[in-house]
Amino acid sequence: MTSTDIFALCATSLVGLGLFGIITNPQPLRKIVAFNVIGNGVFLLFGVVAHRGAAAGLGADPVPQALVITGIVVAFSATALAVALLLRLAKATHLLTLEADDGSDGDLS
Amino acid sequence: MTLGFDISLAFLVVVLAAWTIQVHDTFSAVLAFVVFGLLVALIWVRLASVDVALTEAAIGSGVTGALLLSAAALLRPTQSAVAPPGAAWCTAAGVVCAIITAGLGAIALLLPDPAPTLAPLAAASLPQSGLGNPVTGVLFVYRALDTLLEKVVLVLALVGVWSLAVDRLWGGIPALWPATCPDSTLTFLAQLLPPVGLMLGIYLCWTGADHPGGAFQGGALVTAMWLLVMLAGVRAAPATGLLSLRLLLIVGPTLFLVIGLSGFALAGAFLAYPPGYGKPLIIVAEAALTLSIGVTLGLLAAGPAQRAKEP
Repeated sequence: MTSTDIFALCATSLVGLGLFGIITNPQPLRKIVAFNVIGNGVFLLFGVVAHRGAAAGLGADPVPQALVITGIVVAFSATALAVALLLRLAKATHLLTLEADDGSDGDLS
Repeated sequence: MTLGFDISLAFLVVVLAAWTIQVHDTFSAVLAFVVFGLLVALIWVRLASVDVALTEAAIGSGVTGALLLSAAALLRPTQSAVAPPGAAWCTAAGVVCAIITAGLGAIALLLPDPAPTLAPLAAASLPQSGLGNPVTGVLFVYRALDTLLEKVVLVLALVGVWSLAVDRLWGGIPALWPATCPDSTLTFLAQLLPPVGLMLGIYLCWTGADHPGGAFQGGALVTAMWLLVMLAGVRAAPATGLLSLRLLLIVGPTLFLVIGLSGFALAGAFLAYPPGYGKPLIIVAEAALTLSIGVTLGLLAAGPAQRAKEP
């Protein structure tokens, strides 16, 4: 078992843990954090694939690396948008669940 | 020896991820997530991907951490408002997630050997572009269209965040989480660090052509310094309606697009560089992009307008 295999198993564990967090944690902010944990797992799988593709004197295949750099930045912008939506929801309704509401409209103005 | 280090590192990362998911207090979870991000950056170094490690440490852990921490502080009063799901539901979810993990793990361990790779192709065409860093080569030469579109995504995300402002506050000032007491250590650091950080950001952008670094990493450092200044209350966040601010946001993507379009006339294809001018054009585009990325990420973290701008 090589280091790359260890990190591959680490990456898949992160995907599993993050998925578990998204399903079981009722708080929306914690779901966003869990989503970022999944993201890190997926990115690390890319890293493992890149490292296995080391050739031509390069330590890792540069194409997956470039994809992951793009991915990290896009993941951040998606997180920022999700957090902004969440804060707006909290401000409008004064409580924060993803449960179906009871029909009374929040004040969105 | 290194295998032992790698096993400990992977173990620590998984434990921190489990802590992030399971700990009751959201604030602790976010703090654990920041440490988790830094250790993941170490894994990236072990995977010989230093460019990614820099990005992960700066954006994935640093700026995301600042954003999540402020949200956790603001949402603290709502924390206990919802009941957690029952034990049966958690067990079922655990089983499903374990199966997915096992399946993914099996696939990851049984990947074809030798692994397919584009590294020789990337390395062979690199000298034509005049660059020394293959990752920058992929980002700005082979897959430049992805990089360009990603900049557009960043600006679109910012439009989305800004749109969440109340109507009458459109163009107003983002209320960054309230500044703590003035004249603290934070104020001192916010006055001391930015020149050093900005210099480092410019260096990362410049050196990205030949060594690990580049527009994203440099831009993230600019963001970090700017957030520090705004957090400490040394300078308030700018009004989102400011014309100069909006120009800063789009100067990078616009310049990159202009260079791309001029490729039609000068090199016969979109985003193609005329022979011999590849490196200078990429450096110019990267410099403008660093500025735009830095400002965009900072404004994304600052959130929508919360106060009307002063008349």
